[in-house]
Amino acid sequence: MGLILSLLVQGIQMVLVVALSPLLVSIVRKVKSRLTRRQGAPLIQPYRDLVRLMRKDVVLADNASWLFRVIPYLVFAATWVAAALIPTFATGLQFSWTADLIAIVALLGSARFFLALAGMDVGTSFGGIGSSREMMIASMAEPAMMLIVFSLALIAGSTQLSTVVQFMASPQVGLRVSLGMALVALVIVALVENARIPVDNPATHLELTMVHEAMVLEYSGRHLAMIELSSALKLLLYVSLIGCIFVPWGIADSGAGLGAYVIGAVAYLAKLGVAGLLLAIFETSIAKMRVFRVPNFVGIALMLALLGTLLRFVSRSL
Amino acid sequence: MTAVELATLISAALLALGPCAVLAGHRPWVSGAVYSISSALCVGIAALGAAGLFTRTLDSSVALPLGLPWIGSHFQLDALSAFFLVILGIGGSVVSLYGIGYGRHEHDPLRVLAFYPPFLGAMALVLLAADAFTFLMSWEVMSLLSWALVLTHHQKEDTRTAGYVYLVMAGFGAMALLLAFGLLAGSGGLYGFEVMRGVQRTPLMAAVILGLMLLGAGSKAGLAPLHVWLPLAHPAAPSHVSALMSGVMTKVALYGFIRVIFDLLGPSAWWASPAVIILGSLTAVLGILLAMMERDLKRALAYSTIENIGVIFAALGLAMAFRANGMTAAAALAFTAALFHIFNHMVFKSLLFMGAGSVLTATGTRDLDGLGGLIHRMPVTSFVVLVGALAISALPPLNGFASEWLLFQAVLMSPAIPQDALQLMIPAAGGLLALAAALAAAAFVRIYGVGFLGRARSEAARTAVEVDRFSLTAMAVLAGLCVLAGVLPGMVIDAISPVARAVLGGQLPVQGNEAWFKIVPIAEARSSYSGMLVLLFVAFSASGAAWAVHRLASHRVRRSAAWDCGFPDANPITQYSASGFAQPLRRVLGADILGAHESVWMPAPGDKSPARLTVTVDDPIWRTVYSPIGTTVFYVATRMNGLQFLTIRRYLSLVFLVLIVLLVGLMLWA
Repeated sequence: MGLILSLLVQGIQMVLVVALSPLLVSIVRKVKSRLTRRQGAPLIQPYRDLVRLMRKDVVLADNASWLFRVIPYLVFAATWVAAALIPTFATGLQFSWTADLIAIVALLGSARFFLALAGMDVGTSFGGIGSSREMMIASMAEPAMMLIVFSLALIAGSTQLSTVVQFMASPQVGLRVSLGMALVALVIVALVENARIPVDNPATHLELTMVHEAMVLEYSGRHLAMIELSSALKLLLYVSLIGCIFVPWGIADSGAGLGAYVIGAVAYLAKLGVAGLLLAIFETSIAKMRVFRVPNFVGIALMLALLGTLLRFVSRSL
Repeated sequence: MTAVELATLISAALLALGPCAVLAGHRPWVSGAVYSISSALCVGIAALGAAGLFTRTLDSSVALPLGLPWIGSHFQLDALSAFFLVILGIGGSVVSLYGIGYGRHEHDPLRVLAFYPPFLGAMALVLLAADAFTFLMSWEVMSLLSWALVLTHHQKEDTRTAGYVYLVMAGFGAMALLLAFGLLAGSGGLYGFEVMRGVQRTPLMAAVILGLMLLGAGSKAGLAPLHVWLPLAHPAAPSHVSALMSGVMTKVALYGFIRVIFDLLGPSAWWASPAVIILGSLTAVLGILLAMMERDLKRALAYSTIENIGVIFAALGLAMAFRANGMTAAAALAFTAALFHIFNHMVFKSLLFMGAGSVLTATGTRDLDGLGGLIHRMPVTSFVVLVGALAISALPPLNGFASEWLLFQAVLMSPAIPQDALQLMIPAAGGLLALAAALAAAAFVRIYGVGFLGRARSEAARTAVEVDRFSLTAMAVLAGLCVLAGVLPGMVIDAISPVARAVLGGQLPVQGNEAWFKIVPIAEARSSYSGMLVLLFVAFSASGAAWAVHRLASHRVRRSAAWDCGFPDANPITQYSASGFAQPLRRVLGADILGAHESVWMPAPGDKSPARLTVTVDDPIWRTVYSPIGTTVFYVATRMNGLQFLTIRRYLSLVFLVLIVLLVGLMLWA
C-alpha cells in the first residue's frame, strides 16, 4: 500500500511538471505583454499552440536522418526525467535516489548534446551557427553549474537533492556568503541555459544572434511541439531547482500526509507565479547582449560559484 | 600450470607470432590468420585477468632464467596486474577482430603483421613483470615495436616526423624510468619488486621518484607538457594500431605509474599530491581544447586521449592526497574512479579510433571538412560512433558518466582533508575537470556533427560504403560494453574492489547486494546513482511520448527541401565547417590559452583577388618548450660540428684535458 501510494505521488509529480510547464511560459509572456502595455495572449495559449503543432504534418528536410526524427523525443524524455527528479511539492519521492544533482545536470547535458546534433543534421548554416554557439555557451555554463553543485554539496554534505532540500529547510543552515553567491550564479546559469534575455531571445526568429531558435529551425509539427515542450520543461526545472534549494518553505517531507502535500503544492504554485513575474520584469528591463558578451556574463557565474565554493572553507563560522 | 605461467606463455606466443607471420610471407591468408590468433590469445589474457580478479587465485609468481644471467626474469600476477590484463585482453582481442577486416586494405600487410602481435605480447609482459629489469626491458620492447608500427606508412613525410619525435620522447621517458627504478632499488641493489616494497624512503626521495615517474610514465601516457608526440604518433599509425596505442598502451603507462607510486613506493607525503592533481586537470583542459580546434579526425581523437589521461591522473592524485591523510575509504573512491575511467577510456577510445579507421577506409580522408552525411551512407558505423561519442562526453546513462560521477564524488570528499591548501585546491581542480567534460561534449558534437551528419562535403563522402562485418562486429562489441558498463556500474566497481583492497587496503562498499543496479559510493543519504533506471526512464518516456503523439495526434511526414529560413543553398560548402564550428570557442578560450589568432587580408581597392582569413592555432607547449629546446640543440650541434675535423694531435690533447677535468672532479667529490 505504502509503495503504491509513493509511486502515485511520484506519478503525480511527473504529470504535474509536464502539465504546469506551458503555464509558466504563458505567465512570463502575459506579464511581459502587460509590462509593455499590450493585452497579451490568454494563459491557455501555449497549450493551444502545442496541440495545434501536434496535429500538423511534419515537414522533413530531404536529407534529414533517422537521428533527426528521434531526437525530439529523446530531448523531451531526458528533460522530463530530470525535471521529475527535482522536488517540487515534496521531497524524498520514490525514485529520488535514481540520480543526484550531478546526474541531473549531466542529464540536461545529454539533452543539449542531442539538440546540438539535430542542429547539424540537415546541413544548413543556421543549424550550424546555433549548435556551435550553444556548445560554446554550454561549455561555460556547465562548469559553473557544477561548481554551484559543489558548493551546495559541500555545505549540505550531500549531492542528493532531497537531502540538500531538507538541510536547507532546517534552521542549522543560517545565512552564508557562499549561498548568496551560489544563488546569483544559479540565476545566471538558469537564464543562460533557458536561452532567456539577455543571452538569447526566445521570441525572435531570423536574428543573427539567435542560438536556441537557430538550432531547431528545421523542426516542424509534432517534432517542434516536443522541442517547445521540453524547453518549457527546462524553464520549469530551473525554477523548481532554485525554489526547492533557496526557498524551500512549504515543501512536504517524505511520507507526510495529504495535508502537507496540498500545502506543498499550493506553495509550489505560488513560487512558480512569483518566479514567472520576476523573470518577466527582468527580461523587460534589460537588453539582449551581443553573443560574444555572453561568455563574460557566464564567466561571472563561474567565478561566483568558484568563490562560493572556496569561501565555504573560509567563512565556516558564518 | 599457474595463471602467471599461462599468461607468460601467451605473451611469448604473441611475441613469436610476429616472426611466424614474416616466415609465412605474402600469402593471402596470413593477415586474417595472424589477427585471428592474436584475438584468440588476447581473449585468453582477458580470461586469465578476469579469473584472477573474480576467483582471487592471485599472487602467483614465476622466475624464468632469461635476461641477465645472475638475476633472471620474475613475473607475477596480482590484482593490479590482473585488472590491467583484462584491459589489455579486451582491447587487444576486439582490435584484432577489427584488424581481420581492416588489415585487408593495407598495401604491405607484413609491415604491420611483423610487429602487431609482439606489441601486444610486450604490453602483457610489462604488466606481468616483477622486477625492474624485466619491466624496463618489456617497456622498451613495447616502445620500439609501437614505433615500428607508427612508421608503417613511412613514405609520408608527416609519419617520419612523428616517428622521430616519438622515438626521442620514448627515449627520454625510458631514461626517467631507469633513474626512478635506480632510486627505488632495495637494499644491496636488488631490483625485485618484492624487495623494493620493503624499503623505507625519506619524503624527499619519494618526491623525486614521483617526479621521475611523472616524466617517465607521464610521457608515455600523454601527460602535459610531455604530450606533444601523442597527437603526431597515434594518428600516423594504421587505425587499429592507433586504437591500441590510445586505448591500451596509454593504460600500460598508467599501470607503470600506479605500480610504482601506489605499490612500490608506499605512502607519500601529502604535499606530493597537488602536483599530480594540478598537472592532471590542466592536461585535461589543454587536451580537449586542442581537440576542439583540430580538423584531422584522428588527431582530434588523439588530443581527446590526452584529456582523458589528464582526468585519470587527477583522480590518481586525489587518491594520493586521501591516502597520505589516512582516509582509506575516500582514497579507494578516487582510485576506483581512476581505474573505472581507465576501463571506460579503453572501451570508447578504441571504438572511436576504429570508427575513424572505418571512415578512412570508406572515404580515404581524415579531414573533417571533407566528410559529412556519413549517417546515410554508413548507418552502422555512424550508430556505434554515436554511442562512443556520447560515452566519451560523459553523458548519462553511458559509462563515461559513471566514472566521472565517481570522480566528482571523490572531489566532494575534500572537506575532510586536514590541509587547507588541498581543501581549496581540490574543488578548483574539480571545476577544471567539469570544464573539460563540458568541452568534451562540444568537441564531440563537432566531430560527429561535421563528420557524420549534414550533407557530404566531398565526392568521396557522397559515395562512401559501409565497411566489412568484422570491423562492424568489433565496434558493436565495444559500443555494447559502453552501454553495459554505464547501466551496471556497480558490477565494474565490484570487479575493481580487489585491486583497491590490494593496493590501498580499503575498498568501496560492495555494490552488488540487494539493489544491484545502483551505486552508492559512501552512503545512501549522501549520493546514489542508477544508470539502469535513468536509461529505463528515458527509454520509457521517449517511446511513450512518441507512441502517444503518433497515436493521438499525427503521424504523417512530408519530405521537402530544407527550410533554412527561406534561403537554402544547395552547395554543401555553405554548411558549418569544422573550423567554423570551433570559432566561438576559439575566440573565447583559444585566444588566451592557445594563443589562437585570426588575421584578415583584404585586397587593395580595384584588386580582384579574394580576401583571405588566416587562422593560426598551435599547441602552446610546443611553442614555449619544445621549439626552444630544438633550436638550442641544433645550435650546439652546429657548433660542435667543428670538432669532427681536428688533427690527431688535437684529439689527443682533448682526451687528456677531459681526463684531467674528470680526475679533478673526482678529487673534489671525495
